[in-house]
Amino acid sequence: MTSTVGDPLLELRAVRKSFGTELVLRDVDLVVPEHTVTVLIGASGSGKSTLLRCINQLELIDDGLVLFEGVDLADPRNDADEIRQRIGIVFQAFNLFPHMSVLDNITLAMRRVHKVPRAQAEATALALLGRFSLADKASQYPDRLSGGQQQRVAIVRALAVSPKLMLFDEVTSALDPVLVNEVLAVVRDLRKDGMTMVIATHEMGFATQVADEVCFLSGGVIVERGAPDQVIHAPTDLLTQEFLRRVHEAGRL
Amino acid sequence: MTLDPTSGDALVASPDGWRPSEHELARRAARRSQSRRGMSIALMSSVVVIGALVAVVVTSSGWPVVRDTFFDVSYGLEVLPIIFDGFKLDLLLVAIASVCIAVLSMVVALVRTSRSPAVAPFRILATVYVDFFRGTPLILVILLIGFGIPALNLPKISSLDVAVLGTTAIVLTYTGYVAEVIRSGILSVHPSQRAAARSLGLSNAQTMRHVVLPQGIRRVMPPLLNDFVSLLKDVGLVSILGVTEAIQQAQIETNKSFNYTPYVVAALLFLIVTIPLTRFTDRVLVTSISRQNAQGTA
Repeated sequence: MTSTVGDPLLELRAVRKSFGTELVLRDVDLVVPEHTVTVLIGASGSGKSTLLRCINQLELIDDGLVLFEGVDLADPRNDADEIRQRIGIVFQAFNLFPHMSVLDNITLAMRRVHKVPRAQAEATALALLGRFSLADKASQYPDRLSGGQQQRVAIVRALAVSPKLMLFDEVTSALDPVLVNEVLAVVRDLRKDGMTMVIATHEMGFATQVADEVCFLSGGVIVERGAPDQVIHAPTDLLTQEFLRRVHEAGRL
Repeated sequence: MTLDPTSGDALVASPDGWRPSEHELARRAARRSQSRRGMSIALMSSVVVIGALVAVVVTSSGWPVVRDTFFDVSYGLEVLPIIFDGFKLDLLLVAIASVCIAVLSMVVALVRTSRSPAVAPFRILATVYVDFFRGTPLILVILLIGFGIPALNLPKISSLDVAVLGTTAIVLTYTGYVAEVIRSGILSVHPSQRAAARSLGLSNAQTMRHVVLPQGIRRVMPPLLNDFVSLLKDVGLVSILGVTEAIQQAQIETNKSFNYTPYVVAALLFLIVTIPLTRFTDRVLVTSISRQNAQGTA
């Protein structure tokens, strides 16, 4: 359970995952150094979401290594729950708890998992909410918030336990263009703070702005990777070119 | 090709020539040993708990008497055929009652959820009906109908067999419960489903029949099956009217011999039917929950 200084925060080696007979990830290698942002792009069904879920051990991988600070998360002998507490994930569908106020949504893990006293947990939550202009929503229930507000609360909820790595799974796909921007602004903000992030997205402009590395997935394989300017604006792989051409035609670039 | 996450043995060679790596094999071995450990712990704790319970019963001072008066195997086998005959009547009553309950409760549920103004008086009636029969103990309804109707000296109706009257009482009470379960299923279907169906031009009734009911009923299948299991047991209550079904039959035998084994035999007959049903209900519950969860993850 040791991590040496030179280790990347997250490293995937030859990760393989199938659902039944369908192979959804094959030999995926990925290195995410600390304080960098990796963006995954690709068509729906290319394996982006599955890759994120495999990192967080929401899916059991068939083979390969998922090293977080040098420890294999996929190994049943390691306590996945303990390690997972340091990896935040935000989903496309928000997944806020509808029966709890915004404040309780955010403080739940702090109070129950990390045993932080309620007053202290609420102070942390309110500070985070204030930072993302949500302070006035603390006592509201999720159904009273817009989609963008709900997604920002979901991000705050993930941040509240001070994760070292944040995973974003198409967090803007369920939002309209105006709301998309308020959510993406939060991610940009986190990047400035040096948060390490892996982001699956369909927003190419956003990917260009925030990514240190862009990976294009197709059929469960990373077929092209590199700096955003290279992958998104001058792709060399035919599949990447074809995908970006279609994105362009759809008016999303 | 199927991958068994706990045992690498079931693994068939993959078309792309993949063979699990050494660390994957090590992980599988670890998972196997974890599950073996879990199983041995489960086995040990079961042996300890069950053993302790048996020990407490068997070592109690009254055990020899209880064994002879409740668990007399040869006497039990002797009375089994006659109690089984009574049990067949129980099953027949359940079959008839469940069909009547299904039809009537569907009508009551539909009336209670209907918004049509023409149905308004029936809606009130249905509400009163449900309030009354859900709020009255089943045993009282059986007694009132079983002894009250014959006393009225009505032509035809009052001369009905007590088994029919008892079953009617059960049907009336259960219809109240089941109608409410079905109603909650109907109300649980999201309004957007109704809007989608109506926007396609389906009538109110068609929307109910093809879109709302199929989803609503599926969602309340576990509680409905639960009610069915409890109907199976409650049907025995008609014995208080003197219907010679399994429990009444057991009572007659017990009164002859002062040995309670016939009751145990009757209990076993009920269990033989209810246990598989309960297991089945469990399975339906698990699959219906996992299906709802699948809708939740986009």
